[in-house]
Amino acid sequence: MNPMDIIIPVLTLTILGVAFGIGLAMASKKFCILMDPRIEEIYKHLPGANCGACGAGGCMGFAEALIHGTCTIDRCSGIKEEAQKEISNILGIELKARIKQVAILHCHGGNKRAKDKFIYAGIEDCTAANLVMGGPKACRYGCIGYGSCVEVCSFGAITMNDEGLPVVDEEKCTACGNCILVCPNKLFTLEPTSKIYSIRCKSLDMGKAVMDACSVGCIGCRKCEKACPVNAIKIIDNLAVIDYEICNNMGKCFEACPTKTIGRKKK
Amino acid sequence: MEIGKLISIAISMIFINNFILSKFLGLCPFLGVSKDMKPAISMGFAVIFVMTSSAIITWGLYNFILIPFRIEYLRTISFILVIGAFVQFVEMVIRKTSPPLYKALGIYLPLITTNCAVLGVTVLNSNDFFSSGGAVAGSFVYAVCQAFFAGIGFMLALIMMSGIRERLELIDVPESLKGIPIAFIVASLMSLAFMGFSGFKL
Repeated sequence: MNPMDIIIPVLTLTILGVAFGIGLAMASKKFCILMDPRIEEIYKHLPGANCGACGAGGCMGFAEALIHGTCTIDRCSGIKEEAQKEISNILGIELKARIKQVAILHCHGGNKRAKDKFIYAGIEDCTAANLVMGGPKACRYGCIGYGSCVEVCSFGAITMNDEGLPVVDEEKCTACGNCILVCPNKLFTLEPTSKIYSIRCKSLDMGKAVMDACSVGCIGCRKCEKACPVNAIKIIDNLAVIDYEICNNMGKCFEACPTKTIGRKKK
Repeated sequence: MEIGKLISIAISMIFINNFILSKFLGLCPFLGVSKDMKPAISMGFAVIFVMTSSAIITWGLYNFILIPFRIEYLRTISFILVIGAFVQFVEMVIRKTSPPLYKALGIYLPLITTNCAVLGVTVLNSNDFFSSGGAVAGSFVYAVCQAFFAGIGFMLALIMMSGIRERLELIDVPESLKGIPIAFIVASLMSLAFMGFSGFKL
């Protein structure tokens, strides 16, 4: 065994590697691209969750889009007020106030209030359970309760309560809309945080069918519609719907509702 | 260097020994980039360019370093080194000199770096791959031509595939075969068709 048999190949590869490394290092110096320093600055102030709510690929892409003016700051939903101010200072633009929104779950039918139609023993995931006859609950519109929304929330804003219903933490929720996309029954909507009352039911069934399935479902009795002094609430397809453009938090509907379908935020 | 030889290299590399459909190299870009025609074409051009230039560099490396030192067995690792470094360098140059081209190539340039078809063409170049033997390993021109036509063959397969897959989007494919599975079936049928060329003797 000749020692040269080892030394030569090792040396050759080492020299090749080092040569290419140095060559690439020099080339990267020579061909360096001048990045806009503001992009880095803005990126520091962004939440860094890369949730994609703004439409860009991630926070870095969003920073670039802000610089190029193809995107506005309010597209980012996870951003704090101070950071918004900082970024608008960097960009040198006026900051427009944004209506803060929060995700609301439109279902009160937890496992104590909503009846089951069969015992489900499959994968514990809402999408999977929904494929089996629309999930185990008797109401086919309601919350299936396996917490796919909890999984998908990158801000940890959704937790399951003891009734198997997701609860949204208004402080943590950034209105990114991921829970809206994942929920098979489309039970989440984004609503202004200033509004206290919300309809917590999505069932379009007639009153009797709703009563059979769930004790807190909307039976379409029109009491809230009559009670509202500003006509902000309408019954559409056996379901009450609040028009938040008109609603001014009077709470007459909440008092009138016989099935306690309307939810009120604790203030 | 005869013109007849070059023509037979071309036919061999594009049809008989097509890199994707007969040698099954570079299947990831073949399935990943063939969803529609435009990126398939730009990927094809990028592959042609990288293959040809890699062949030039590796031919030099093989004939002037590896053979004299009798360390031909380092071929694979040193070729990977060269191709990787070269593609990085090309990416830098393109980024600096032609941003629109850089945007058009996008993710495909780094993808080519780790593409077995590029390594394949350089390794096979040093292997007397071309049918009548001895033609390529010794000759720089033949080696470069072979790499160039391998790239053309690659692009041909990509373009055909993207044309077919664009139509597949509109066809009622069974649910379980939608997407990649049907693409694999189509690729295998194309490959079978290309096997028809294997009877050619050049």
